[in-house]
Amino acid sequence: MTTVEPIRLLLFLVGAASFVGLNAAYLVWVERKSAGRFQRRAGPTEVGYAGLLQPIADAIKLMSKQLIVPPGADRFLFRMAPVMMMPPAIMAFAILPFSEHLVAIDFNVGLIALFAFSSFNVIAVMLAGWSSRNKYGIISAARVVSQNVAYEIPMMLVIITMLLVSGTLSLTGIVEQQAGAFWNWNLFNLAANPLMPVTFIIFFICMLSETNRAPFDMAEAESELVAGAYTEYAGMGFGVFFMAEYANIIIGCALAVILFFGGWHSPIGVFPGVIWFLLKLYLLIFIVIWVRWTFPRTQFYGLLNLSWKILIPVTLFTFLLSSVMIKIF
Amino acid sequence: MSQSIKHLHERFQKLFPAMDADNPSPADEAGTDSREEAEPLEAEAPAAVPQLRCRRTEHAKAGYDLDLAVEPQQVLEAAGVLDEGGFAIDMITGIDWPDDNQFELIYDFLHFQGPARVVVRTRVPRDRPEIASLSAIFPGANWHERETAEFYGIQFTGHPNPIHLLLPDDFQGFPLRKDFKPEPDPS
Amino acid sequence: MMELQPVHATGPQETFVLNLGPQHPATHGVLRIKLTMDGEFIKDAVIVAGYVHREHEKMGENRTWAQFLPNTSRIDYLSAMMYTHAYVGAVERACGIQPPSRAEYIRVITSELNRISSHLVWWGAYLLDLGGMTPLLYAFDDREKILDLLEALTGARLTYCYYRFGGVLEDVDDNFIAGTRAFVKEFRPRLRMFRRLVSENIIFRKRVENIGIIDAEMCRKYGATGPMIRGAGVPYDVRRAEPYSVYPELDFEVATDPAADSMGRYKVRMEEMEQSLRIIEQALDRLPDGPVMAKVPRVIKVPAGEYCYATEAARGRFEVRIVSTGKLIPHRIRLRTPCFGNLSLFEEAARGMMLADGIAMMGSLDLVIPDIDR
Repeated sequence: MTTVEPIRLLLFLVGAASFVGLNAAYLVWVERKSAGRFQRRAGPTEVGYAGLLQPIADAIKLMSKQLIVPPGADRFLFRMAPVMMMPPAIMAFAILPFSEHLVAIDFNVGLIALFAFSSFNVIAVMLAGWSSRNKYGIISAARVVSQNVAYEIPMMLVIITMLLVSGTLSLTGIVEQQAGAFWNWNLFNLAANPLMPVTFIIFFICMLSETNRAPFDMAEAESELVAGAYTEYAGMGFGVFFMAEYANIIIGCALAVILFFGGWHSPIGVFPGVIWFLLKLYLLIFIVIWVRWTFPRTQFYGLLNLSWKILIPVTLFTFLLSSVMIKIF
Repeated sequence: MSQSIKHLHERFQKLFPAMDADNPSPADEAGTDSREEAEPLEAEAPAAVPQLRCRRTEHAKAGYDLDLAVEPQQVLEAAGVLDEGGFAIDMITGIDWPDDNQFELIYDFLHFQGPARVVVRTRVPRDRPEIASLSAIFPGANWHERETAEFYGIQFTGHPNPIHLLLPDDFQGFPLRKDFKPEPDPS
Repeated sequence: MMELQPVHATGPQETFVLNLGPQHPATHGVLRIKLTMDGEFIKDAVIVAGYVHREHEKMGENRTWAQFLPNTSRIDYLSAMMYTHAYVGAVERACGIQPPSRAEYIRVITSELNRISSHLVWWGAYLLDLGGMTPLLYAFDDREKILDLLEALTGARLTYCYYRFGGVLEDVDDNFIAGTRAFVKEFRPRLRMFRRLVSENIIFRKRVENIGIIDAEMCRKYGATGPMIRGAGVPYDVRRAEPYSVYPELDFEVATDPAADSMGRYKVRMEEMEQSLRIIEQALDRLPDGPVMAKVPRVIKVPAGEYCYATEAARGRFEVRIVSTGKLIPHRIRLRTPCFGNLSLFEEAARGMMLADGIAMMGSLDLVIPDIDR
C-alpha cells in the first residue's frame, strides 16, 4: 500500500457521494417523466429543456424550507434519522465494482458488507417513524420492521444460493466468473440451478420490498398512512429520505446486475465495461419505476404471507436444488 | 308488488283502525277506512290537523304507494311491521308547522323488490317534541334521527348516540325551525 | 434502569385513537373518522361529518322554486344532472307539467353521460386509494371528453343547471349528437382496456375480493342503495323500480353482482358504464323532433301538498321531497342523498377490519362528502 491509496479512496468516496446525489436527483426526473408517459401526460416541462432543471429547482426548494420538529417529538432521534439514512448508502457505493478497475475497495467479503450497509436503512426509517410521535409514523415504523425482517430471509437465501454457485464473497470475483458471452451470466447458469430465473425474480421482489418501493411501499402508503414515517418531515429532512430511497434502489439494482447479469461484462463486447454496467443498471431501475406506476399496492398481510408462505419455501427449494446440482456436476 | 302493498294496506288497517280526528279512540274496532283502495291523491291540506289514516296513493302522482298517518307512539309498531315485510329505511323528514304548533315527522320506507314506498307520518307537539327512536329496528335511522334532532330539536328517546351529526357540537338553536333566527355575524 | 414489560398476546390490549381526516388522502374531501385502533385493526369507527355542511334544505326555504335549482347541482358535484332531475321532476310532478318527449330523451342522454363521468372519477380515485396511480389519469382522459361535450351543451363542466321545469334549457345541436356518438364508439374499447388493465390484476383482486362484505340485509337496515345494494345481488335500481322519464322505453339491464364485497361493487359500476353506453345509443337513435320546453308559467307556483321524486344518481337513490303551502317559496325541501345512507353503515362494517382493508372498503362506497353533509 502506497500513499496514493488514501487519496484514491477519498476521490472514490467523493465520486460515490456525487454519483448518488446526481442519480437521486435525476432518477426523480426520470421517474416523473416516465410516470408522465405511463399516464398519457408530459411530465415536467417547465424548468429547463424538457424539465431537465426540475430536480435542481426541487432541491433548492427543499433546502430553503424550514425544518420543523413537531412538538412532543424526540428531537435528537428525529434529526438523527435522516442522517443515519444516507451514510450507509454512500458507503455501499465504495464496494460496488462499476468496472474492472472502477472500484474503491475490492473487499473479499464485499457481498456481506454490501448487505450489511443496505440493511441499515430499516433502522433509520423506524426511528423516523417512532421519534416523530405521529400515529401514522408509528404504524409505518412497525410495518417497516416486520416487512424487512420478512424479506431479509428470502433475500439471504438467494444470496447464499448465489454464493454456492460462485464460491466467492468478493463482488469482483463474482463478476469475473461471468466473463465472456451472455450465456455465462449467472442468470443463464442453468447447469448450477435450473431455477435461476426464478431465483432472480425472487431477488427482484425482495429488492423492491427492502427498498420500500411500490407495490410494497407499506412504509409510506399514502392513501392509508398519509406519508407514513415521513409524515412529519419537511424540507431537506424529507429530501434526504427521498435521496436515500433512490440510492437504495441503485444499490439493489447494482447488486442484481453483479449477481445475475455479469456486472460490467458486455454481451457483444464493444464498449468499455462501465457503460455496460450502467446500461444494465438503468434498465433494471427503469423496470422498478415501471412496476411502481403499473401496480396497485399490496395489502400488508398479503405482503407478509407472500414472503413467509411462498418466497421462503421456494428459495429454500432453489437453494437445495443448487447444492445438489453443484455436488453432482 | 302491488299485491303486497294491498296486503300491507290491509294489515295496517287492522293494526291501526282508522279514526276520525275528533274521536281519537284507538279502541274503535269498526273503523274501516272509507277512503281506501287507490283513491286518487288529494292535495293534503297542510294546515289541518292530520287525520289518522291509511290509504293508497298513486306512485306517479305522489312518489309513494302507501300513506300511513299514525299517533307518535304507533310509529315503532308500524316500523316493526315494515321491517318484517323486508322494507328498508329511506329517510326521515321533519316539517315544521308553526300554525298548528306541531312538528310533522315523515318516515319513508322502500322495498328493494319493486315500486313500493311506504310513508309513515306522525305529528308531535312543538313544545314537547318527543318520539321513540327507530335505531333499534333500523340502525340506519340513527343518522337520520340525529340530523332531525339537531335541525328541529326533536328528542328521540332511546337514541344510542344523540349528538350533533352535521352541525358543530357547540351550535345553539335549531336551524330548520321556522322561527330560527341566526346569530348576527360578529363582524 | 427502566423495567421492560413483556408483551403478552392475551394481556390487556392497548388501543389508540387514529384520526383519519378531516384532511386525509383517502377520504377525498373533508370527512373525519375517529378510529380506535388495536394495532392495525380497527376496533371502532366513529364518523364525524358536517365539515362542508351548507344547509341546502334551509336555503330552499328562503328562495323561490326556480332559485333553488342551482343548489341541487352542488350537492353531489359529480352527478349533478341526476340531482337536478330529481328536483325538477318533483316540481313537474306537483304542477302536472309534462315535459316534451325530446326533452326527456335529452335528459336521459345527459344523465347517462354524467353517470359515466362520475363512475370514471370513482374508478380512478378508487385505484388511487389502493395505491395504483396511473388509472386515475386514464379515467380523466375519457372523462374530459364527456365534460367537453356537456360544457358545450350546458355551459358548465360540473355543476350543471341544465334541466328546467318543463324541459331543458337548450336544444342539443348536431355537434353534440355527433360528439356523443363518437364518444360511445371510442369508449367501449377503452372500457375493455380498463378491464384488462385493472380488473384482472392479481394484486388488485387480492385487495378487493372478500374485503368489506356488505350484504343485502345490512343495506336494507341502513338504507344503502345504488351500487351498494346491486353489488349485494339485489337488482334495485330506481330507473326500473320507480320508472321515471323515458327509462321504461329503453332496453338496459340492471347490473348486479352477488359477491357483496368491494369487488362486487366494483364490477357493478364497471357494468353500469357499459349499460349507460347502451342507453345513450338507444336514446340517440330514438331522439324525437319537437320542442324541448313545455309551456310553463313564468312564475312557478306549486300547489299545496307534498310530493316526492326519486332518481337513480351515480351513487344510489336520490330523492327530493317538496312540501308546498301554495306560496312562491317552498315550505320544506328534503333531500335524501345516497351517500348519507351508504356511509352510515361504515361504522358497523369497518369494525374488526385492518386499516388498509377499511380504506379499500371506504373507497368502494364511492363517497362524495358534500353529498353527505349537504
